[in-house]
Amino acid sequence: MRRKLAGIVAGIGFTLACGTSAFAQELTIFWAEWDPANYLQELVNEYEAETGVRVTVETTPWSDFQTKAFTEFNARGDAYDMVVGDSQWLGAGSTGGHYVDLTDFFKKHNLGEVMAPATVKYYAEYPGNSGKYWAIPLEGDAVGWSYRKDWFEDPKEMEAFKAKYGYDLDVPKTFAQLRDIAEFFHRPDEKRYGVAIYTDNSYDALVMGVENAIFSYGGELGNYETYEVDGYINSDKAVAAVEAYKELYQFTPPGWAKTFFVENNQAITEGLAAMSMNYFAFFPALLNEATNPHAKNTGFFANPAGPDGDQFAALGGQGISIVSYSQNQEESMKFLEWFIRADVQKRWAELGGYTCHAATLESEEFRNATPYNEAFYQTMFKVKDFWAVPEYAELLQQINQRIYPYIVGGEGTAKEALDALAADWTETFKKYDRLK
Amino acid sequence: MATDVITRLDPASRAARRGLSDLTIRNLFIIPTILFLIVFNIFPLLYSLGYSFTDFRASTNAPANFVGLQNYRELLNDPFIWNNFVITAKYVIVSVAGQVIVGFGVAMLLNRDIPYKGLITTLLLLPMMLSMAVVGLFWKLLYDPSFGIINYALGLGTFEWLANPDMALYAVAITDIWMWSPFVMLLSLAGLSAVPKHLYEAAAIDRAGPLYTFFRITLPLVAPILMIAIIFRTMEAFKTFDLAYILTSQPTTEVLSIRLYKMAFQEWQTGRSCALAYIMLIVVVAITNIYVKYLNKVKER
Repeated sequence: MRRKLAGIVAGIGFTLACGTSAFAQELTIFWAEWDPANYLQELVNEYEAETGVRVTVETTPWSDFQTKAFTEFNARGDAYDMVVGDSQWLGAGSTGGHYVDLTDFFKKHNLGEVMAPATVKYYAEYPGNSGKYWAIPLEGDAVGWSYRKDWFEDPKEMEAFKAKYGYDLDVPKTFAQLRDIAEFFHRPDEKRYGVAIYTDNSYDALVMGVENAIFSYGGELGNYETYEVDGYINSDKAVAAVEAYKELYQFTPPGWAKTFFVENNQAITEGLAAMSMNYFAFFPALLNEATNPHAKNTGFFANPAGPDGDQFAALGGQGISIVSYSQNQEESMKFLEWFIRADVQKRWAELGGYTCHAATLESEEFRNATPYNEAFYQTMFKVKDFWAVPEYAELLQQINQRIYPYIVGGEGTAKEALDALAADWTETFKKYDRLK
Repeated sequence: MATDVITRLDPASRAARRGLSDLTIRNLFIIPTILFLIVFNIFPLLYSLGYSFTDFRASTNAPANFVGLQNYRELLNDPFIWNNFVITAKYVIVSVAGQVIVGFGVAMLLNRDIPYKGLITTLLLLPMMLSMAVVGLFWKLLYDPSFGIINYALGLGTFEWLANPDMALYAVAITDIWMWSPFVMLLSLAGLSAVPKHLYEAAAIDRAGPLYTFFRITLPLVAPILMIAIIFRTMEAFKTFDLAYILTSQPTTEVLSIRLYKMAFQEWQTGRSCALAYIMLIVVVAITNIYVKYLNKVKER
């Protein structure tokens, strides 16, 4: 009997040991459903070939991404070992205890120097300038523009444009030129429209679009150190920027009141618009002739400058964090060590990922690899981001509630909308004791 | 013999014969059901009521602090929330009124001898058998200003239904009317078929006109069942989420359920969203009570 019992115990022990060992050989990364996630899966397959550790990139549609990730965090679930979270999640992820502190890892590998400065600032550090890091910059991204080269280079169009506006039709260097070109090509009778911009008010789409204008007009969302917003978000520059964005809205295709990355790529693939705003991460589809019949005639440019020459863009992209509830944190650290290797970052870029690795980004090879990489490279050194505080979702809701009715519905003025927003944000920052 | 039949049909007696006493049945079936209801219905309800008095945020590991009635006070003083109430009320009125008019009208047409009546009735019931998400996406295409069939059929050019802040709520209501009028029609048909024929014969003998017959015979007799349809549809319309969320995300269509969803699962203001859910619950219960009182009055007449 005793021998039988010992045998059973040994069997259970062996099974558990095997189970634990097998479990440690698998890692799950959670990300949104888009092309870069597919490139990442291709990349991590190479990690499996090298180390034997299987890594799965699990995805969910963008609309569910935040809800699903935070539901799992809130339940302290270990379904995901790592998450490629939005930059604005940093505050909630770190202060909520959901992310593992990667400060030592960051310092050990000197990532502050290795990665592009903006990506470190916005994808990894929280609070700003604190020297505390919670993620490794993974997918750099920002908002840029695509345009119809054949429309722009048509001699008749060029002649007509010069006659009307007094300067040559070319890729817009300023928001004023962008507006003129949008107006010029806006011909509803021909089912051709001037421009496609973000308008969806359900998450950060409209905000990203408007940020493009605010930052380039020299405006700011607020003081990220003191949390003061009055005088920043409702400054004259910010007001002018929001007015400019509203002006662009009148040159969009019909029904353009709830559009995001899918529709903005469709504006080009369906030959609807002369220019279209989108994240760089969605541009590969525009060079694919299978998905874009106008692929050969599609060009790209960085967000243009504002009236005073300021030129910035709204930041997209994400960093990769280790989930604090993961049972495989050590294995995840090893994976991150592999991921930040220069050769792996180069491979990541080759597969289509937007590396944040400074040396890779700056290389001629990367900048000439695609027609949009140069614009991406230029953009990644002049990006700005939304608030990354834990209450960012409330701030997003408030800005959507204030500016959407003005831009899409034509209600009130930009000044009224931004004054009201300044009051909302001030109240929210007071509520969370950031502002006295 | 009669006693024998009763014994054979009485389940309690059969159970008793097999050794299942009333006590066993209670322990096996009734108590687990009650426990299930308590665990999955009552407990979460009370738990969320508790949260509604706290500043709890599910996205943080911070403990919930008791804040008394602060959440309720802030919500009832928030002009955006009042705006959500107004939008919801407008939607409920337009949508339910539309469904009653269309549903009852179609039922009146079908309440006569027409060929293929059964087939027509079945086909008319199809919309309410579809999934809300499918209906939302389907109507989104129908409303499209560039290639949607609605603008083409009505000759409206590039008229914007969903992008137009003034029109979007009505567009959602039209879709809801299309989907749920068959429900009102079905209940109305049941009510209409139950109206005794001899009343119409007597009215015909008295040379009563169609309007008199409708208002004095048809409507009063169908009213109780129509009221039940209105109660159901009002409750559903008040809680509507899917259609408005899928079709359009305009501030002018942000009904209370959408605001609640955003507050709870995008902004993670858990305590506050629980308070809003309770406010909604109280409003629905109040409206339903008013309807039920009116229904009882209609029945008494």
